[in-house]
Amino acid sequence: MLSDGRFPAGGYAHSGGLEPTVAAGRVSNAAELEQFLVGRAETAGFVAAVFAAAACSMASRGETVALAGLEAELDARFPSSELRAVSRTLGRQLLRAMSTIHPHPYFSVLAAAPHQPMVMGIAAAAFGLDSRAAALAILHESVAGPAAAAAKLMPVDPFEVHAALARASARLDRLSEAAAAQAEAPVCDFPSLGSPLMDIAAEHHKRRSTRLFAS
Amino acid sequence: MHDTPAKSKERALRIGIAGPVGTGKSSVIAALCRGLSTEFSLGVITNDIYTDEDARFLRSEGVLPGERIRAVETGACPHTAIRDDVTMNLIAIEDLERDFAPLDIVLVESGGDNLTATFSPALVDAQMFVLDVAGGGDVARKGGPGIARADLLVVNKIDLAEHVDVDVDQMVADAENARDGGPVLALSRKRPETVGHLCDWVRQLHRAYIGGTHTAIDPGPMAPHSHPHPHTTDH
Amino acid sequence: MRPAGAMTARAVLATELTADGRSSRLSVLRSQGFLVLRPANASGPEPLVSGRRDVARVALAAGTAGPLGGDDFALDVHVGPASTLVLSEISAMLVLPGSRGGRSRLRITVRVDENATFVWIPKPVIAARGCDHEQDVQISLHRNARMVMREETLLGRHREAPGNLRTTLRISCEGRPLYHQQLRVGPDAEGSGSAAVLGESRAVGSVIAVDPAWTAAAPAAAAFHPDAVLTPLPGPGVLISAATRDSLQLRQVLDLGLETLGAPWRPLAAGLNRDSAAGAQFKTAG
Repeated sequence: MLSDGRFPAGGYAHSGGLEPTVAAGRVSNAAELEQFLVGRAETAGFVAAVFAAAACSMASRGETVALAGLEAELDARFPSSELRAVSRTLGRQLLRAMSTIHPHPYFSVLAAAPHQPMVMGIAAAAFGLDSRAAALAILHESVAGPAAAAAKLMPVDPFEVHAALARASARLDRLSEAAAAQAEAPVCDFPSLGSPLMDIAAEHHKRRSTRLFAS
Repeated sequence: MHDTPAKSKERALRIGIAGPVGTGKSSVIAALCRGLSTEFSLGVITNDIYTDEDARFLRSEGVLPGERIRAVETGACPHTAIRDDVTMNLIAIEDLERDFAPLDIVLVESGGDNLTATFSPALVDAQMFVLDVAGGGDVARKGGPGIARADLLVVNKIDLAEHVDVDVDQMVADAENARDGGPVLALSRKRPETVGHLCDWVRQLHRAYIGGTHTAIDPGPMAPHSHPHPHTTDH
Repeated sequence: MRPAGAMTARAVLATELTADGRSSRLSVLRSQGFLVLRPANASGPEPLVSGRRDVARVALAAGTAGPLGGDDFALDVHVGPASTLVLSEISAMLVLPGSRGGRSRLRITVRVDENATFVWIPKPVIAARGCDHEQDVQISLHRNARMVMREETLLGRHREAPGNLRTTLRISCEGRPLYHQQLRVGPDAEGSGSAAVLGESRAVGSVIAVDPAWTAAAPAAAAFHPDAVLTPLPGPGVLISAATRDSLQLRQVLDLGLETLGAPWRPLAAGLNRDSAAGAQFKTAG
């Protein structure tokens, strides 16, 4: 439910960096799109998954002070100010939606606009899910978002897009398991696999006068 | 503070303005701002398909201070933003209400879509649906949830009727018929008395909202429709 | 088990302010094996410290070839209170596979004390085919410290597929994380050749500048080049990030980013002979 593209938290307005990538001619067919989804899952998706898993475990254990430290560590892993802002917008929207869908005391430890992986992890905890499920939810969202946007951005067969998502599921399972394991390490050692093209594209995209997606 | 749902009446009256592309939603909002901004504290949220063009138009019209007009980017899904997933719009409205408290009325403009898009009752207290005569005289008769059950149907640009061969009276009559007598307003920004009627409707709505006698109704997302083929079964 | 013939080296470097408080001097300069540290003169355009004679300059000469598989190197740098260190590099670091394979490692830790300045302008790291290298850099800054550093990674030599390279750069300011990024290239880095990470770029790099004057607000983001961006970090710093088709373009774009940042970050050569500095560490654009 948390990673369903139709979950009413405004995720549909974002392409996960796909729109500027298509505009730059870097993704123009189904094979390149599939590679894009793999690259996203292995970098930004995996980092988000480790933080979601950690937030889930910490919330379940009542470690509220540690959660604040998690937020600062995640900030340092978004070199792009634009992507930091997008993550906080999506986090705020998810928090707003959850406040009606499933209110829970866990959410009260969060700031007004927390990062999306933090809210996802705590939402998973509020639903009684474990850290691996939290990781899988955000990993799924990290690829399903751009996959859904692809239909509007490029001439691609929607069945091929879903075939790529189906092929990605084993990878997402493996990454979510690895993320849950990594989430037990000291926070400063959490992974931070960068996506330089995404950082660069985000800032250029923001300055475009016409765009379909907010990011 | 987290974003949490504000209780009714502790917040502004929220009015949605929907309707197909090009029927003049932005100019209806501009007219309302001009007519009402001395009486009410107003805010505007626009929903755009491409970036924030409508917000820029309204700011350039100078009808409200620029910071009271905010844009929501809808990811090419304007109907989703006002119907299935209203979170972005709710947050934008709540931000406006907080930043300019106390705010009396927030106008929410939908991204121009088609005849089926209507606002969710979770987002607005009332909504108007805007058609124009240039879309053809029979649009009103064709109906749709917005046309049939919005709180107000606006038939815009009536000054153009003669140029496009539309009989305004007939169009309004058709619309009233489609709406079971619900209010229909013929509007032209070139005819000040029609703009006055529009503003009066909003004043009346605001009084009902403050007095607690207004109930939000949901026009429903889809029109009940019949098919010409007799073998078609119910949907 | 590390392969036979693999080397371990640990070098240490520290600076302090002289007793009269007028200049910086080297208080520790300990080379070992592959890691050779030498006092140096300004050899090209420098940001922040251009033309200054009162700063300590050191060049790292990282051996002749390598690191090779199995090597394990460490460099510790300490920039003492109010001193200024400029650390440069003699040549690019070509990372090669060892004859018996195995992973090579380079760990660098840097501490920059109160009112100190650290300028780090290394040459590119080149991930040669078949290499397996891990580079880990940790920088801790006092809240009143300044720094500027550049990092450049080339994905293989000319027309060569890169080996496995994994880099981590973590900068913290007064104990708070400011920047933490990892880059993975090579056959084990799944998805790194995708348009979501590096695409067809053969060169990727960044410049990071930190200035306590930016505590209230760092410079605003700027999309100053199609292949690059300047963006404020969550703290008193900015990042200039670029991914380009080759090393020459990478250097030009990063320099353009520093130009965008303006004085005193704009890299200037010492003395009048600016043009002769072409090809040196910082080639000024425009």
